[in-house]
Amino acid sequence: MASRKATAAKGKGRPAARAEKAQLELVQVEPTPARRGAARAAKAAPAAPRRARSREEPEPELLPAAEPVAEPEEEAPAAPKPRRRATAEQMAAKQREISISEFFTKNRHLLGFDNPSKALLTTIKEAVDNSLDACEEAGILPEITIEVRDLGLGPKGEGDLTKGEGRFVVVIEDNGPGIVKAQAPKIFGKLLYGSKFHRLKQSRGQQGIGISAAAMYGQLTTGQPIRVTSRTGKGKPAHFFEIQIDTRKNNPVVTEDRQLDEWHLEHGTRVELEIVANWQAGQRFVNRYVEHTALSNPHATVHYLRPRQAPLSFPRATEELPKEAVEIKPHPHGVELGALMLMAAESKARDVRGFLQTAFSRVSGQVADEIVKRAAFKGRVRPRDVGEDRALAEKLHRAIGATKIMNPPTNCLSPIGDELMKRGLISFLNVVETEGPEADEQLDLDQAKKKKASKKEKAAKAAAPEVPDAPPEEGVEKIKGHNYFIATVTRPPKVYRGNPFQVEVGLAYGGSWPADKPIELFRFANRVPLLFQRGACGTTEAIVKTDWRNYLLSQPKGSLPVGPMALLVHIASVWVPFTSEAKEAVAHYPEIMREIQLAAQECGRKLAAHIRKKQHLDYQAQRRGIFELYIQEVAQAIGKITGKSPEPIKREFLRLADQVTEADLKEADAALEEQSRKLTKRPRRAENEDE
Amino acid sequence: MARLDAVSKQTAHKIEKLAETVVRSVKGGKNPFVEIPIRSLANVKFNEKRRLIELGSQRQKRYFFNVAMAKKFMQTFLVSDACKELIEGGKTTSIRDLYYITKHTIGDTKQNTFEEQDESDPIIEDLEVALDALREELHLFASRKGSMVGPITIRDTGDTIDLRRMGSGGWAVPSIVEENVIEFVRHEAKYILLIEKDAVWTRFNEDKFWKREKCIILQGGGQPPRGVRRLVQRLHSELKLPVYVLVDNDPWGFYIYSVMKQGSINLAYESMRMAVPDARFVGLSSFDKDKYKLPTNVAIKMDDGDNNRAKQMLAYPWFQAKQWQREIQEMVRSGLKFELEALSRRGISFITEEYLPKKLRDRDWLE
Repeated sequence: MASRKATAAKGKGRPAARAEKAQLELVQVEPTPARRGAARAAKAAPAAPRRARSREEPEPELLPAAEPVAEPEEEAPAAPKPRRRATAEQMAAKQREISISEFFTKNRHLLGFDNPSKALLTTIKEAVDNSLDACEEAGILPEITIEVRDLGLGPKGEGDLTKGEGRFVVVIEDNGPGIVKAQAPKIFGKLLYGSKFHRLKQSRGQQGIGISAAAMYGQLTTGQPIRVTSRTGKGKPAHFFEIQIDTRKNNPVVTEDRQLDEWHLEHGTRVELEIVANWQAGQRFVNRYVEHTALSNPHATVHYLRPRQAPLSFPRATEELPKEAVEIKPHPHGVELGALMLMAAESKARDVRGFLQTAFSRVSGQVADEIVKRAAFKGRVRPRDVGEDRALAEKLHRAIGATKIMNPPTNCLSPIGDELMKRGLISFLNVVETEGPEADEQLDLDQAKKKKASKKEKAAKAAAPEVPDAPPEEGVEKIKGHNYFIATVTRPPKVYRGNPFQVEVGLAYGGSWPADKPIELFRFANRVPLLFQRGACGTTEAIVKTDWRNYLLSQPKGSLPVGPMALLVHIASVWVPFTSEAKEAVAHYPEIMREIQLAAQECGRKLAAHIRKKQHLDYQAQRRGIFELYIQEVAQAIGKITGKSPEPIKREFLRLADQVTEADLKEADAALEEQSRKLTKRPRRAENEDE
Repeated sequence: MARLDAVSKQTAHKIEKLAETVVRSVKGGKNPFVEIPIRSLANVKFNEKRRLIELGSQRQKRYFFNVAMAKKFMQTFLVSDACKELIEGGKTTSIRDLYYITKHTIGDTKQNTFEEQDESDPIIEDLEVALDALREELHLFASRKGSMVGPITIRDTGDTIDLRRMGSGGWAVPSIVEENVIEFVRHEAKYILLIEKDAVWTRFNEDKFWKREKCIILQGGGQPPRGVRRLVQRLHSELKLPVYVLVDNDPWGFYIYSVMKQGSINLAYESMRMAVPDARFVGLSSFDKDKYKLPTNVAIKMDDGDNNRAKQMLAYPWFQAKQWQREIQEMVRSGLKFELEALSRRGISFITEEYLPKKLRDRDWLE
């Protein structure tokens, strides 16, 4: 078991011996056809990030280092008559089923456990996602405590913090509905077990892999089982479990199960995992994740306890739960042939018409008739026939595609909303510690290096000049002594491939964000912050393709705009098309990208109006300043030349200054307005590209 | 107040009027301005008939209530004030001195009225054209540069000076050479030779070229200052002496000649006092390299700046004569420029004993 640790040999600074071992291991298992397939799939992957539909594709840069060694085995030597090495029977003896948990043990990078720093974050993230989902579904305002404990420290916190890799305990506690005793082992000890996969509903989790994968990671790296405490309500007992995973069979093994006499929560769940992690390198990602989670979940209170640092608390910004996301049936336009056949086979309807009406959303009797008519089946066709006969299914699939069907219902979506997004941003800016980009800019753990802000930089930050009190302007918030302009936009729901989705964009401009650096882009999918793979994400591309120069920010070609701004992009959907199981980047669907751009443009227009207003005020103040400065001098000189007292001359000048400034400004305003009108008329580059 | 001569009185009055106009428009609720003729290529004309560069009629209004102009407006009045004080005090000072007189910090800011002398010099020129008063009338002079020797006796502020006995250094040409300062007493010169650089002029003086040839030799240390140009113009017009110009064979040298001949863009308003349209260019010509067998190793390659300058000059209306187009085009074509010193390759006194005498004998010059 321990030797498997080395599978993710990509981790930094691993001893070479371990990597070698991993290679050996891969060579051993090579003959297994299924593995070969996986290896090939992995090799094909570099071209894949754009082809996002396949959910099994690993990220190109996460390829196990062992790959090239395995290759020579596949290529037959160029000898004239190759000698048969094994018979089909011999090979068959080696062929056996691979359990999903075994697969992920070897391919943990697919789930975000590539290295100890990233594993720390992924573990926390999976647990928090589950807590938030559960609370929302149950209708409870979430209160979540995240705790990271360094096992290198003594029981009273004495000793030194672990440097680099070490053992850590991660605790996530929520006030959710709790978990029924019988279900707990499967939820935490079985991969691909969950409630969310089979439903079309907006939720953070999708497949039922996350938390059990985290448990498995803990088990693999420390040998410790996941510890779960849960209580479903007042008067009901709290249960404590220790759950291990039988990785061969993908089954939970409960090693301890006892009832607690007392527990401090009325209802809720506490998950404790012991893992090998790198706090030193990984903490800033965790910090960022916690901050951003608080930002996108303004209804949640988040406490965050860290080793040797003051606890951080993000109080909820609203007492209102997000609108409940309703579960919907799939939309016919989103269904693929195989899925259609499967659904037909399982249908209990007596005819195709009935099948269509019951299995899909937005299919009325009339629409079903139209589809059936278009499919032009010969004779009577039952749903079961469609499920068995490929030709029939294809006919039906084509007919569906050709029929105009109303868009799916959008009540399955639960966006953050304009107002809450704004409040989230404000409370985020109030608490946030990692203000402004750090030394290595946007987060990307894949190439993360430890970089600490130098003392100089810190001093510069501390000495940042205070912004003088400006007259209150709409959209401007004063936070920690800085003025931020905040604008938010929630787009109406749209559909891609039969899946409803909705895009929201918010921005905070000004304040203490650095003006000479690229903007900070915060990406979210179903309220979950996306911290990695920024460059591969459709969100990033949509923002880069938006012409921000229209909104008075500078923008180098093919890059994020430059300016003192944080931009938040949230995609809510029943099915967010991630490019990988680690859920780090959103695929480049044109429909989604267009919506992001439209939202960004709308936000941008608000921003431009603000910047213009600010420029105007600055200009006005500057003018006044200049004139007053020079009037003194001019009056003095003219007084001397004409032999008169300079004071009356000065007064005349000052009186005139007021009049002139006013008239002049009106002119300048008109010019600015004209300019903005021209901008709005100009066709947008990005939109044209899509069409 | 010292007793003022008529010219000074008039100049001081002009400054007063300028200030009063401003006061009046401010009282009338109007944005005050100073009207200044524009001194740029766009507003100069080459008068073909008089063969002079003249200032056009375009004027620029320098407003106070205009963010871009306010500072210059203020500076204009600081300079005006200082000049009026000089005039009334009967004193004359250098333009650098004026810069220091008018420079101070504004209020309790870190801004100065002038940051560099480069800021105050153009303001002085603006004031000259705005008031239609010469620099001398404002009691200002530029730093002096240039020297002169020759068979001539002059009177400089009452002192009689014999320019035949000036030793190796020559007589330093002052900045102001108007009739009230410099008078010509007697001379036996036949022509005037203006040389671009000091080093070459020294060769001519040491070889006593002026004695042998009976000519006045002057140098202006590169682009000759106003004093030298004005003096050449006076010698030319009052003593009826022809003027020859000897400069490097490069765009800069040609331009020195052209400024002497028809005035500069910047001081177009003084062309008729400074320029000698009859001035003759005796060298170094672009064709001299062949005529006098100069090897290419004494040449200097033209750089981008030289090429651009040459091309600009090709377009100037006063370089349109066929011989000048040929001259400049040949320089651009060969991509080479020659300094006067390159002639020393043929012997240290080649320039004074052979080159120039032959040029003058053969009437090998350009006009």
